[in-house]
Amino acid sequence: MSDQKTIFEKIWNRHVVTTRKDGADLLYIDRLLSQENTFHAFAKIRAEGHAVRSPSQVFCFADHYVPTEPEARAKGLDGVKNPEIRAMVEIITKDAEEFGIQLFGLGDIRQGILHVVGPEQGISQPGMIIAGADSHTSTHGALGAFAFGVGSSESAHVLATQALWRQKPKTMRIDVSGALPFGVSSKDVILAIIGKVGAGGAVGHVIEYTGEAIRAMNVEQRMTVCNMSIEAGARAGLITPDEKVIEYVKGRPFAPKPEDFDKVANWWRTLASDDSAAYDQEVSLDATDIAPMVTWGNSPEDVVAITDVVPDPAQEPDANRRAKLERAISYMDLIPGTPMTEIAVDQVFIGSCTNGRIEDFRDAAEVVKGRKVTVPALAVPATGLVKKQAEDEGLDKILLEAGFEWREPGCSMCVGINGDDLRPGQRSASTSNRNFEGRQGRGSRTHLVSPSMAAAAAVTGHLTDVRKLKEA
Amino acid sequence: MDELNVNTDRILPARFIKKPREPGYQDFCFHDVRLDEDGKERPEFILNQAKYRDAQFIIGNTNFACGSSREGAVYTLQDFGLKAVIAPSFGDIFASNAVKNGFVPIRLPEDVCAALRHSLSEANDPSITVDLENQTVTGPGGEEHSFEIEPFQKHCILNGLGEIALTLQEIDKIDEFDEAFREEFPWLYG
Repeated sequence: MSDQKTIFEKIWNRHVVTTRKDGADLLYIDRLLSQENTFHAFAKIRAEGHAVRSPSQVFCFADHYVPTEPEARAKGLDGVKNPEIRAMVEIITKDAEEFGIQLFGLGDIRQGILHVVGPEQGISQPGMIIAGADSHTSTHGALGAFAFGVGSSESAHVLATQALWRQKPKTMRIDVSGALPFGVSSKDVILAIIGKVGAGGAVGHVIEYTGEAIRAMNVEQRMTVCNMSIEAGARAGLITPDEKVIEYVKGRPFAPKPEDFDKVANWWRTLASDDSAAYDQEVSLDATDIAPMVTWGNSPEDVVAITDVVPDPAQEPDANRRAKLERAISYMDLIPGTPMTEIAVDQVFIGSCTNGRIEDFRDAAEVVKGRKVTVPALAVPATGLVKKQAEDEGLDKILLEAGFEWREPGCSMCVGINGDDLRPGQRSASTSNRNFEGRQGRGSRTHLVSPSMAAAAAVTGHLTDVRKLKEA
Repeated sequence: MDELNVNTDRILPARFIKKPREPGYQDFCFHDVRLDEDGKERPEFILNQAKYRDAQFIIGNTNFACGSSREGAVYTLQDFGLKAVIAPSFGDIFASNAVKNGFVPIRLPEDVCAALRHSLSEANDPSITVDLENQTVTGPGGEEHSFEIEPFQKHCILNGLGEIALTLQEIDKIDEFDEAFREEFPWLYG
């Protein structure tokens, strides 16, 4: 066996508590991140009579169900009109209080989407194993952590034991060489990757993203890439931490204290994958070939360049795939061969754990500055601190003047369970991560795009090549 | 069910996640593809067809139950009367969730799943047998297919064992690990 290891193997090996006869490892879990939908987990440990082993390693977030209208938010819990939705926010508040867990809840400026608050607060760090009660926990891999989503049973298991049993997944390296062209963002990179690998292409694998284009990204852009690893089926996605990551973590509230920091940072530097480490699968893309991307169907793999057209199922030789394409084209109410730029949208959404960070709003503001939106458009910062920073930079004014609504932090229209959703048949250009049937409300039709592409669609009222607006 | 990439939003639409698991939870199963906007059954949906109404198994396709981590997707399939799903591959999180609830994700090759779906559609009385103990699926024509399952998972499912209680038997090892970790990485503990 080679002594050359990937970052994933280094993190894994460091966290093995014990190994079972069948080869499964009991992994020590550094952090558990929990959101409202995890109520079954707390109910389970209560029913089975377990204590929470280490409350300081657990963090709760109210994000999926919180309303984002400023008027509703000003009233706190009373502003949540639907009693079932209010109950979800109440339950996580009570569970956190009962078990002595840090909550980022309503009324706290730090509140926001778990995958954005975690890095922002320094809760997620390089070298950690992070379990999150949400499939987009892969986001934290951008810091050089092994971070993955779990369901309620495994959340309960971590609460009680601070550990999880796992068979070691396989590894996949995705190398993105070259520099990103004008008008192309990290969102376009991950959409292009999913288009190439497929929605199930990375099942059973942990992806490590490498290459010039990835290294050139800042930490938050890398989060967008890692966030959507799950949409290629991957267990997790991660990137070797470099000096940008170390600088990013430094000084954040839950980061190592200044007196420990240098020592810790030196350990983080040792995590980099060794030069000749082997991967089970390797995929490579050339960034210079990537254009602004847009999805047309109901899986994130149904993606094309904005310059392309709606595909024709008749061209697909495989019967299962042809049926999938036909179904998606019918649900999305599209005609094969239509240029993507001719598709009109009813709503634009900029936000989510994929694209609700500060520079996503900078990108959007740059496009809409001095222009007006022609369709309803929502801008929803992922956290209270992102919102504040955007306001300090005057981005809210630019977006408001263009006709955007500027909302309070939360998952909002990414998931359509908090009051922000589309009506049946409505079509959106959305910076979120899933274009599944009904994802943004029953009958909703979602086109996934980058923040600047969403802003461009808001201005023109149809899917638009943002490069044309930027050049204008 | 031959669709590719059936996601957990489809199995349990997000608006039902907040519901407690109580009688009626089965109604959410495949809700929006099973029922139309007026709550009437869509005849084209496979589980609405006379032959498959009382199905106990789904023969799915690649990447079954991908997407969101919602464990309610497992609960609603179980409460709908399903015992297992057979597919070429599963969403990783769903597969973990399923096992914890005694719902077996059975992996068989793509061509075998396709052949099973075909022979079930041809059969008048579409029935298959899943034998977890012997790890076999027997199709309507009597053809037998072996499947792999981790021995530990099989043991837990067959004996209805709760994983937390089993792991707590290793608590000394966790304590020991924790103590050493705490010394080396004190900043992790707040």
